[in-house]
Amino acid sequence: MIDKTTNQRAWFLVLPVVVLVAFNALIPLMTVVNYSVQETFGNNVFFFEGVKWFEQILHSERFHDSLLRQITFTGIILLIEIPLGVAIALAMPKRGPWVSVCLVLMALPLLIPWNVVGAMWNIFALPDIGLLGRMINGMGFDYNFTQRPLAAWFTTILMDVWHWTSLVVLLAYAGLSAIPDAYYQAARIDGASSWSVFRYIQLPKMKRVLTIAVLLRFMDSFMIYTEPFVLTGGGPGNSTTFLSIDLVKIALGQFDLGPAAAMSLIYFLIILVLSWIFYTLMMRNEEQ
Amino acid sequence: MAIELKQVIKRVGADTHIHRTDIKLEEGRFNILLGTTLSGKTTLLRLMAGLERPSSGEIWFQGRNVTGVAVQQRRVAMVYQQFINYPNLTVYENIASPLNVVRMPAAEIAQRVRKVAELLQIEPLLQRMPSELSGGQQQRTALARALVKESSLVLLDEPLANLDYKLREELREELPKLFRDSGATVVYATTEPAEALLLGGYTATLHQGRITQYGPTASVYRAPDDLLSAQVFSDPPINTAAIRKRGARFHYNDRVSWLAQGKYAALPDGSYTLAFRPHHITLAANNRDSVSVTGKVVVTEISGSESVVHMRVGSDTWVSLSHGIHQFARDQDVELFVQTDNCFYFDEQQRLI
Repeated sequence: MIDKTTNQRAWFLVLPVVVLVAFNALIPLMTVVNYSVQETFGNNVFFFEGVKWFEQILHSERFHDSLLRQITFTGIILLIEIPLGVAIALAMPKRGPWVSVCLVLMALPLLIPWNVVGAMWNIFALPDIGLLGRMINGMGFDYNFTQRPLAAWFTTILMDVWHWTSLVVLLAYAGLSAIPDAYYQAARIDGASSWSVFRYIQLPKMKRVLTIAVLLRFMDSFMIYTEPFVLTGGGPGNSTTFLSIDLVKIALGQFDLGPAAAMSLIYFLIILVLSWIFYTLMMRNEEQ
Repeated sequence: MAIELKQVIKRVGADTHIHRTDIKLEEGRFNILLGTTLSGKTTLLRLMAGLERPSSGEIWFQGRNVTGVAVQQRRVAMVYQQFINYPNLTVYENIASPLNVVRMPAAEIAQRVRKVAELLQIEPLLQRMPSELSGGQQQRTALARALVKESSLVLLDEPLANLDYKLREELREELPKLFRDSGATVVYATTEPAEALLLGGYTATLHQGRITQYGPTASVYRAPDDLLSAQVFSDPPINTAAIRKRGARFHYNDRVSWLAQGKYAALPDGSYTLAFRPHHITLAANNRDSVSVTGKVVVTEISGSESVVHMRVGSDTWVSLSHGIHQFARDQDVELFVQTDNCFYFDEQQRLI
């Protein structure tokens, strides 16, 4: 009997966490699952529909287009941010007073809220009064991100690179500083070139942090919403309507709760599966 | 002459890491740099390797002034306390890496790698990755990388410090043999006096950036030039006592005195420093020249068949090492015997008499 009371007390201690997780994860998720299999005509009356919404979403051209845009966007920013971040980390000083200056400068973009970044770049890139917009137009390019899809993409990517490359830099820099000096000395004694040092010492030693960087940037960019929403609102047309923007349009714009819920779940599964694939692929070499 | 340091000084900012140093290391010798942490062993190795430039002075290597020559242009190899190997290359590729850099033909590389791997007994591991090896095997790989270059100067910076006891013993036995056959000049840095004695060769004792003595290991141990060298080359620490000579006898503490014999009989009256190793102050009197001293026990450590007794005698703290197991209570009075014929006598300048 004494044992039992002790156990119950333990459960009591775990309870706050259970309640918290239930409220911020389980209940919302189950609500979405609930919506995704039902149809409503208002008045809070629901009918069971099975997998109809899932079929509809998976066959919808609109979803395919958003998904393709999303994958393209994420692919581009990963291809830019990861190498650029590594390059900047390599160029940063290893010791001395400039280290902290560089680190603070690097961390600054990360501290700015998403919607502020969007608003900043919106004004910065305005073709008539924005510094960037005027400059590009002044160089002879017809640049207008509210009218031209290519310009909108260019601005969105540039904004994301500006906002998030720092994260990769900080992670890569942490990985680099963890390499003992003896490795570099040994390489110098061997007469290894700086490319060999990068290829055979720095890159393998940074592998773990870079895996984390890729995963974080992949998940974050795949869920990107606020910045393009503030910058372009998904336009011009649908050209920068990424998955989450499309989702909000369906859920709140058209109030199609069923399809929106089904899309949320598909969206969630895509991120989960892709993250898992990424992680497994990058960690598999580690074990060999 | 393999390597010679001429009036070398190394300063970093306001600190002097290496004071004016002159040392010649003969070709093919196994040299040991013995000193505590921060005594300048690593700095000396880095200066010899060319990883650092001396603030002043010259470094000569095989009859050539190499003071400003980059490390890549010198034929040196170095092994570190950490096990340094390229993490994503196999053991074979790791050992071959210094040869690949100089674009040696693949057939010759294969032959040399096999030979060195056989020597270090890592042949079965050649296709493994460093992360799949034990610490000892990783360090063997690093040693193989140093050997395969056939450098004329090999620098070893506490290479066994991170290994566990058994592996350390094993490698320590092999090391001098490996390098004797290679004909390379070896400089081996260590903090452990016992390791220096086991490795043999030549030893330089280092204290706060100064080489206090350099010579054959056994003779540095048996006849330290000065008190500092004796202190560096003793673990547990060497015991010291301030003594006076009056007439024919040495006096310690006004209570203990003994007859000055042999060359010491002729010494003038005055102050001297007596130093004796822990195994020369024992719980049993084992010869006629033993002098009895009484002290208070501070702590007793028993390791297997030996007892280390730390005790206070007057204002001095001494360490005694005796065979057998002897357990004493704290503050217990204990009688010990100092073998005066095995003591070192230092003059007021701390030079050996």
